[in-house]
Amino acid sequence: MTASQLESTGTELRQPILQARNLVKTFGRVVGLDGVSLDLYPGEVLAIIGDNGAGKSTLIKCLTGAEVPDSGELFVSGQPVHFKRPQDARVHGIETVYQNLAVSPALDVASNLFLGREERRAGLLGSVFRMLDTKGMRLKAKQELTRLGISTLQDVTVPVENLSGGQRQAVAVARAAAFGSKVVVLDEPTAALGVRESNQVLQLVKDLRDRGLPVILISHNMPHVFDVADRIHIQRLGKCAATITPQSHTMTDAVAIMTGAATA
Amino acid sequence: MTQQQTAGPPAAGPADLAEEFLDRRTPLSRIRNTLHRYPALSPAIVLIVAVVAFGLLNDRFLRVENLSLITQQVSVVGTLAIAQTLIILTAGIDLSVGAVMILASMVVAQLADSYGLPGPLALVAGLAVGLAAGALNGFLVTRFRLPPFIVTLGTLNIFIALTLLYSGGSTVRGSSMPGLLTWMGSTFPVGPVRISTGVVMMLLLYVAVAFILGKTAWGRHVYAVGDDKEAARLAGIPVNRVLMSVYLAAGAVLAVGAWIQIGRTNAASPNAGVDLNLDSITAVVIGGTSLFGGRGSVWGSLLGALIVGVFRNGLSLAGLDVLYQTLAVGVLIIIAVSVDQWIRKVKS
Repeated sequence: MTASQLESTGTELRQPILQARNLVKTFGRVVGLDGVSLDLYPGEVLAIIGDNGAGKSTLIKCLTGAEVPDSGELFVSGQPVHFKRPQDARVHGIETVYQNLAVSPALDVASNLFLGREERRAGLLGSVFRMLDTKGMRLKAKQELTRLGISTLQDVTVPVENLSGGQRQAVAVARAAAFGSKVVVLDEPTAALGVRESNQVLQLVKDLRDRGLPVILISHNMPHVFDVADRIHIQRLGKCAATITPQSHTMTDAVAIMTGAATA
Repeated sequence: MTQQQTAGPPAAGPADLAEEFLDRRTPLSRIRNTLHRYPALSPAIVLIVAVVAFGLLNDRFLRVENLSLITQQVSVVGTLAIAQTLIILTAGIDLSVGAVMILASMVVAQLADSYGLPGPLALVAGLAVGLAAGALNGFLVTRFRLPPFIVTLGTLNIFIALTLLYSGGSTVRGSSMPGLLTWMGSTFPVGPVRISTGVVMMLLLYVAVAFILGKTAWGRHVYAVGDDKEAARLAGIPVNRVLMSVYLAAGAVLAVGAWIQIGRTNAASPNAGVDLNLDSITAVVIGGTSLFGGRGSVWGSLLGALIVGVFRNGLSLAGLDVLYQTLAVGVLIIIAVSVDQWIRKVKS
């Protein structure tokens, strides 16, 4: 809670890590985003809520390089950036856990953690024969899971398809947390989870924030949002209807703004 | 919250293990789990059973000359199966493998025979044909987003037509080619067995491709793309580049296959190998590689090719009509795919 208080007093003084200005994205005649701006400050959890079709997913896809906005600007630590593909966002330290998790079911936990950025063996085996450092990656995967306090994944050699929903979520979150140096984006991380698993993911989100890593969280679940968020960005009909805090508004207010029954 | 973190998982651990993690409640699900983890296991069992059964049926079957003959018969299909495995792992299918190989073999043979091109240069030209064919397939699959089945059905016909146009329908005999081109057909003794160079070449390709698929990042990416294309893209894998490289690699393998084919038949014939397409798919499927992509191994395909070879050889030694061989292979395919489906249920 101290972090959020700091936030509400010092917001304007600090430089946002991630900034979006007037993002517009259309799909044919459908307007996904209609001039959305967003600021993410260091050490905060920014929740994005909104009704179905309000543009939540499109917004984060534009922030993470999965979609290219038609117009608008993006800044990382004040520097203008253009993301054409997810790798571009990753290069800038933005890691995303997508709703469909983007894990490869047949590959094991360690391979999934390092998917797309595998490490090679030292020496000739690595440079000439391009041989993977499987052992090293498994060790690092284990260390990373321990560091994040994810104890449900003991064996990093198990294929991801053998894991439960919560465990898969943990793999995806761990991957983002392990490599995200600036921002971690989570799209509906608790949607498919039970109560206990949801709590674990929410705890992970808080842990990430406590380590200074800002988190963008997309969720439908109001109690979860009000539990972890420092600020809440409400999307409505492709626009940002309001940005509130759990202190300034109640859940009922948030839902009212979301559905257009009230304004902030 | 820290309390919950330390207290929660141990209590839930055993339940997770028993219910979702290992699923070892019945002997059947245990077998399924093992087969799921080692996809080459079931074809290995089938091969051993088949060899023993045919050995009991006919004592000529297990003679070294016969076993050596089977390996030589398998060398071409086995090589095509490597290319086919690469493509099926990406959830594609290549109906044009046989046609590409025949086209490459005709180009190699004709260039050497009619234009007097030296052996090595002719082989390089063959490699270029294989790569170009792979590039065409890969280009159509990645740029136009056409299903690989349709793309390769089209290129299959194109390559067959090109082969016939180019060769004028005539066969080039091995005797009118430089020695290098038929070298793959030459045999050397290993103890009592005679091994052909083509078989050695095929095995070398298997070792190389198995290493690349299993031990390099590219190999992981091939599996990831076949497993879930969108997930792979979001994980930062350049999906189209991986697909393109797979089709190119398959084309290169097919060019080597062309070399082996010339040696094996001691000729380059435009009418050979029409059924090689389907045989290569059969080998891959029987070898436990999933037609849905992302699952399987190249060693399984070698076992699959050997199974087909053993069945054809064993049934003909047993005096059965050639039609029964085809029938047996058909039954094998259906069984193999059913087993694959059953194994895949492990996750639900």
